[in-house]
Amino acid sequence: MAEEVLRPRVRFLSQEAVEQIIDEAFELLEETGLFVENEEALKLLEDAGQKIDRARYRVYIKRDLVEQSLKTCPSEIRLFDLDGSREYLVGQDEVHYDPGSAAIKILDSETQKEREARTSDLVTLYRLVETLENLDFQSTALVSTDVPKEIADIYRLYLGLLFCRKPFVTGIFRVESLRPMLDLLVAVRGDEKRLAEKPLAIFDACPSPPLKWSRLTAQSLVDCSRMGVPSELIPMGLTGATSPVTLAGTLVQQLAESFGGLVICQLARPGAPVIFGGSPAGFDMRKGTTPMGAPETMMIDCAFAQVAKHLNLPTHAYMGLSDSKLVDAQAGLETAMGATLAALAGINVVSGAGMLNFESTQSLEKLVIDNDICGQCLRLVRGIALREKPLARHLFAELGPDFNFLVLSHTRKWYRQEHYFSSVLDRDVYDTWTALGRLDIFQRASREITRRLSLYQRPGLCLEKSGELKKIMTACAASCGLKELPAVPEVQT
Amino acid sequence: MKPELNNLLHSLKQSIIQGQVDEAGPLARKALASGLEALQVIEKACVPAIEEVGRLWEAGDYFLPELIAGAEAMKAAMTVLQEALKSAGQSLKSAGRVIIGTVEGDIHDIGKNLVASMLRASGFEVIDLGADVKIDKFVDMAERERADIIALSALLTTTMLNQKKVVDLLVSRGLRDKIKVMVGGAPVTEKFAREIGADGYGESAVQAVSVARSLMSGRGGSHG
Repeated sequence: MAEEVLRPRVRFLSQEAVEQIIDEAFELLEETGLFVENEEALKLLEDAGQKIDRARYRVYIKRDLVEQSLKTCPSEIRLFDLDGSREYLVGQDEVHYDPGSAAIKILDSETQKEREARTSDLVTLYRLVETLENLDFQSTALVSTDVPKEIADIYRLYLGLLFCRKPFVTGIFRVESLRPMLDLLVAVRGDEKRLAEKPLAIFDACPSPPLKWSRLTAQSLVDCSRMGVPSELIPMGLTGATSPVTLAGTLVQQLAESFGGLVICQLARPGAPVIFGGSPAGFDMRKGTTPMGAPETMMIDCAFAQVAKHLNLPTHAYMGLSDSKLVDAQAGLETAMGATLAALAGINVVSGAGMLNFESTQSLEKLVIDNDICGQCLRLVRGIALREKPLARHLFAELGPDFNFLVLSHTRKWYRQEHYFSSVLDRDVYDTWTALGRLDIFQRASREITRRLSLYQRPGLCLEKSGELKKIMTACAASCGLKELPAVPEVQT
Repeated sequence: MKPELNNLLHSLKQSIIQGQVDEAGPLARKALASGLEALQVIEKACVPAIEEVGRLWEAGDYFLPELIAGAEAMKAAMTVLQEALKSAGQSLKSAGRVIIGTVEGDIHDIGKNLVASMLRASGFEVIDLGADVKIDKFVDMAERERADIIALSALLTTTMLNQKKVVDLLVSRGLRDKIKVMVGGAPVTEKFAREIGADGYGESAVQAVSVARSLMSGRGGSHG
């Protein structure tokens, strides 16, 4: 029978507010314009008849060009895993979690202090995330310091493709890196056409607030779009610092910046896949920091997704992460609140799992815990299914004094679908918990890491392609003076 | 002093503390028109006002917007007062000359701007080189302008190492004992500052002022 399940939803804006934000973003682009510090993008905009102030790299974008771009931009994207067999819909109200990307430090499991990450840390993280069933995507989550900075962005994708089946969320640190990173992806798929048909990675591109697309980020938009590789736009206004202090005002700026990115992508290639995302934050006026776990941050994210959905675009947000420096109660609180709201808002790509300290630190233990948080959130939005008709009346036929439901086939039939089973949350009775060593969630998570790593299986295609990938990577490394790549840890296959 | 003059100084002081940017300038002008000496106004109203702003920040009562507004109001008043000093052939003794900027590779300038404002408000001459400033530009400018201090900002852990490069360049050019270096920015710590051989580190814009002052007092001399 057809299921009639209400998907629980959260909305922060009235329809009127959504329209007002969109109108103001249009006006902002027409009247104030946007800085685009990239010749190729400016040329595209100029050819499309937009007014350009060359001396200031400023372009005034007309409403009808944005509207036309909205028409050519696909409303949903399909990502595919390494061997192209599993498909992930990025659109509608589908929610996919992935680890927060590009952390510069890892929280050491032993010392619980931050330290720099090396090749072996990246490989461990990738292997672990492969086993985390509630994180659909990988991200190039850590920056390795045992290769030169100039190739750090390429190197993390290279390692990823050596070990992972899941699709990637990634991005570039330098303009020169885009080509080799795309080459790596093309090598996996076989050719450019196949990569465009079955995208394996999303490229993040962050405008610089307020209202600027830099040389680097605009180039990423142009080149990715031409190849049919999805661009994820990540505006990152900070309320009262780099964007208006009001949440509604920040939404206007975020939308104007996104419209600018969208137009560049659609001019580079009509129909190019674009995701409307963001990593804004409610700026902390005392500390001068960018709290990702603040309610205001999450409200901007959810509201922006609502606007993007109104425009029929795929969505993203940096949610489900924490500003805490340890995997502690604050980490759980902020992560769970963000991940829950993201799911309720129906955000398609939710980046943040594993992250601490304002998007700068990754933790393996937190990844394992967040996997459970994400699992619970996904359960939440699956809603209350009706399953059978009648719903329950027929189950009471054998009602008697000793009756319980454990014995019913109805229970066996549905219990796995009705319940989420956690891997590290504590649901033991007190005595059992004591007998098991009184472990807290961090300790249970570290045991779970060991267990999961032992389950990891390296995809066959990774091995098959490793020679070709290494060739591309070695050439990049040589161009910046690195003769030999760091040794990649042996992993049982 | 006449009570109305006292009231005027009090109003000016309050306007700075409360960050009333539009009022501080006119009040300073009014004070001069009433016959008060510029130096007297600076000493009795402006300096205690900006110190009070710093105190309110340290106490946790003021947040960044109030801190910035206070520094801006101070700047408005000081512009008027310094003009008066200049036309009277006087000049204010500089607390020191500072070259400030965000290091190469880093475009974040909010924190740096804040430190520049607070230093200016506290009597320093500040030459702001902006953001993403090349290593040798800091040293070239400091040498040319005979600066006392180079103040370096970095927000990214990836760029904070460029702070060290500035220190290293000062050493290799034989300027290290002539110019003090202070560092700041979100990822920077006191320990890091020591490791890279910087002379001072401030956790906030308010602290940066006291760090700069203590570096100057250690120098024994300063620019007139």
